[in-house]
Amino acid sequence: MNTLQQNFATEPERFELASSPIHKFDLARRDFFKLLGAGVAVFVVAKDALAEQETPAGSRSFHNEELPKEITSWLHVGEDGVVTGFTGKAEVGQNIRTSISQTIADELRVPFESLRLVMADTSLTPFDAGTFGSRTTPTMTPQFRRVAEAARNLLIGVAAKEWNVASEGLVAADAKVTDPVSKRSLSYSELARGKTLAQNLPAEDPVTPATEWKVAGKPLPKVDGRAFVTGSHRYASDIHLEGMLFGKVLRPPSFGATLASLNDGAAKAISGVTVVRDGDFAGVTAPSAHEAQKALDAIRAQWKEVPQVSSKEIYSYLKKNAEPSSNERFRHQEGSVEDGLAAAAHHLETTHNVAYIAHAPLEPRAAVAQWIAGKLTVWTGTQRPFANRDELASVFHLPESSVRVIVPDTGAAYGGKHTSDAAIEAARLAKAAGKPVKVVWTREEEFTWAYFRPAGVIEVKSGITQDGKLTAWEFHNYHSGMSGIETPYDVANQHTEYHQVPLVLRSGSYRGLAATANHFARESHMDGLAHVAQMDPLEFRLKNLSDQRVRAVLQAAVKSFGWPRKKTQPGQGFGLACGFEKGSYVATCAEVTVNRSSGDVRVVRAVEAFECGAIINPDGLRNQVVGAIIQGLGGALFEAVEFENGRITNPHFATYRVPRFRDVPEIEAVLLDRKDIPSAGAGETPIMAIAPAIGNALFDATGVRLNNLPLVPNGLRAP
Amino acid sequence: MPKTLEIEVNGKRYPVNYPPDTPLLYVLHDELGLTGTKYGCGEGQCGACTVLIGGSPRRSCQISVSAAAAKPITTVEGLEKEGKLHPVQQAFLDAGAFQCAFCTSGMVMSGVALLQTNANPKREEIVQFLQGNVCRCGTHPRAIEAVEHAAKLMQERAR
Repeated sequence: MNTLQQNFATEPERFELASSPIHKFDLARRDFFKLLGAGVAVFVVAKDALAEQETPAGSRSFHNEELPKEITSWLHVGEDGVVTGFTGKAEVGQNIRTSISQTIADELRVPFESLRLVMADTSLTPFDAGTFGSRTTPTMTPQFRRVAEAARNLLIGVAAKEWNVASEGLVAADAKVTDPVSKRSLSYSELARGKTLAQNLPAEDPVTPATEWKVAGKPLPKVDGRAFVTGSHRYASDIHLEGMLFGKVLRPPSFGATLASLNDGAAKAISGVTVVRDGDFAGVTAPSAHEAQKALDAIRAQWKEVPQVSSKEIYSYLKKNAEPSSNERFRHQEGSVEDGLAAAAHHLETTHNVAYIAHAPLEPRAAVAQWIAGKLTVWTGTQRPFANRDELASVFHLPESSVRVIVPDTGAAYGGKHTSDAAIEAARLAKAAGKPVKVVWTREEEFTWAYFRPAGVIEVKSGITQDGKLTAWEFHNYHSGMSGIETPYDVANQHTEYHQVPLVLRSGSYRGLAATANHFARESHMDGLAHVAQMDPLEFRLKNLSDQRVRAVLQAAVKSFGWPRKKTQPGQGFGLACGFEKGSYVATCAEVTVNRSSGDVRVVRAVEAFECGAIINPDGLRNQVVGAIIQGLGGALFEAVEFENGRITNPHFATYRVPRFRDVPEIEAVLLDRKDIPSAGAGETPIMAIAPAIGNALFDATGVRLNNLPLVPNGLRAP
Repeated sequence: MPKTLEIEVNGKRYPVNYPPDTPLLYVLHDELGLTGTKYGCGEGQCGACTVLIGGSPRRSCQISVSAAAAKPITTVEGLEKEGKLHPVQQAFLDAGAFQCAFCTSGMVMSGVALLQTNANPKREEIVQFLQGNVCRCGTHPRAIEAVEHAAKLMQERAR
């Protein structure tokens, strides 16, 4: 195992990274106003348990005693009427820049257009553990509601003082405060003029109920849309600094290999090229990316390789190397599975293998690093700007205050951009070159040296009565993770357990984490049980399901899909699956056709019902849900990272197949808006049910039960 | 002294200082600062670097700047005319046909290329034409809608 892998082995949620313990917020209160001019500012202070999870308590130093110790977000209303929100969260395509702006505008009572959001800049925004785990919507939007409400009340107070009336009767709307009695009004910009008012407040629940939202809850278009269609938005990989060089890093031929010797004579001979060697790290800088690549290719290196596990033996390896489960939190037990199995009329046992898959964000890992007077600034696409800052500070032995990480809105992540590799590489090369350096990973590097959604083996054993009631449920997940491991079905006797295995490939977070694997195993197995019980898969699920929110999405999905469907052509099949995770609920129905002579498999139609409480932006949500279905289609049907002797053997889009236009079915997303329930995140859960829905539809079409992911990497030819 | 290589991009001529065998993408993106053209794979497999060369869609990562120099080049930055978006850009904006939007420039350029030769494409023709453009966020259905909508916008503008 190499060092990078070891760094990944100590996560609490295992594949979701831990938050860093100690942070310092570098701006003093007076600096906030220096930065933005006079006005009204409100800070949200972490107090509740959720916020503490985002911003762990610890010793922090501040320049100004007045500042709250744990700011998690804040807001400024300027003299020019511009409202600026500050959050450490990053925009990676999930559209939170828009949904957070809507939330602030809604609660502050200002037009959406007057909002701007400063995100993910370690010098400007409060500490944030990272943008992952579907946490932004349930934690950050309520905080901004509180902060906006407080700012609104401050402004009302200023108006009351100005007019010498009581605050109670005054009304805030359309970015102004009005006195309905005297008909006087003052705009927020007039009220903020010349003031440096600031207030701290604890983070609590939202104040305006969803039923009264005016700006939130609407399908507003994505902020900065014009910049994306004109190509003017600058991603990290588009940042260009004066005198900047381009860097490339020498990669080992296989995982775990160490550098034995290096001959850089030919590379150094190229005009403008600098070669950097530091232990096992070697890299080059050159005036252009093309010249940097040529210089890298000219380096002759000898490596000492070590034997590595290959994909053909991975599943038996994972089973064999599982650690004895001693940790209570990996285990859940109710009743006695043994008794439940003894009482059952039918039993079923299945084993499911799930392959490693890659995130393959279209913007590869990229960073631009600049050193000025011993201080480091890095622009990079990451979900964890503050962790990147801390890692850079640690690697280069700097105080955190000497490192600034800025995250421009990023070309996707899907859980794949937690690490700071490209940032460290660019900074190391820039330090040696004495000039700013940009590093953009090649697609091959991205497929090889990033990290993967972990592979896993899942074993399920169950029993049902003659009339199809679950009596026993035993579920073991080896390696892939715990997300979505609990069954939503009613079963008195159950045992679920997660078994850790030392990492083989570098593994980390991925949209939905192991919830996709666990839902695939569970929902495929449930389908198998329905078949054993000779029941309709929907009827069988409903018979064992009392969770009303799961039932609601399931019923909404089948209604739009038209379940049960009659087959109208050979090779046609229908399947469904459902579940919940991270406070949101999903049910997916799929229609497939299989040509058994060619083996060609097509997903013709997918209907997904999704519920995540009160919807903040139905248009953005629809994009996320449809996008998750399409992305999930790849892992369901054909995506798999292949590896042999420490080498990824399919590190290109030509060999690692991702969903393309021809793979995309007709898709219908049914969004259930529960205005009575606080909003949950929606980036992950919509991906969980498509794989089992397709697998179950393939069984319906062919009678062949496919228990592994991907389902049909080589099609489904009749034997 | 050898004559400096020049390329014409979006109606403007630029001298090229990068070596002549440099892929056109790097010259556009890094030397000329036309960063709308994206590196997604460098292997001609994802379409993020799509530009028009002499009006035809090409993967700019797969052609050297010297080979591309003979014909005029159009990048996404060259589509907007006098502050007015190209109908394909407008249609992508109207349809909200992007999430992370890193593929958007390439999608837009492919859409422009398709509509130049086929003013009223069928859905299957759009799918076929965009097959080489990867979108990892799964915004394909809206991209298809956007191209269909753009075809209508172009017909309206032509009237």
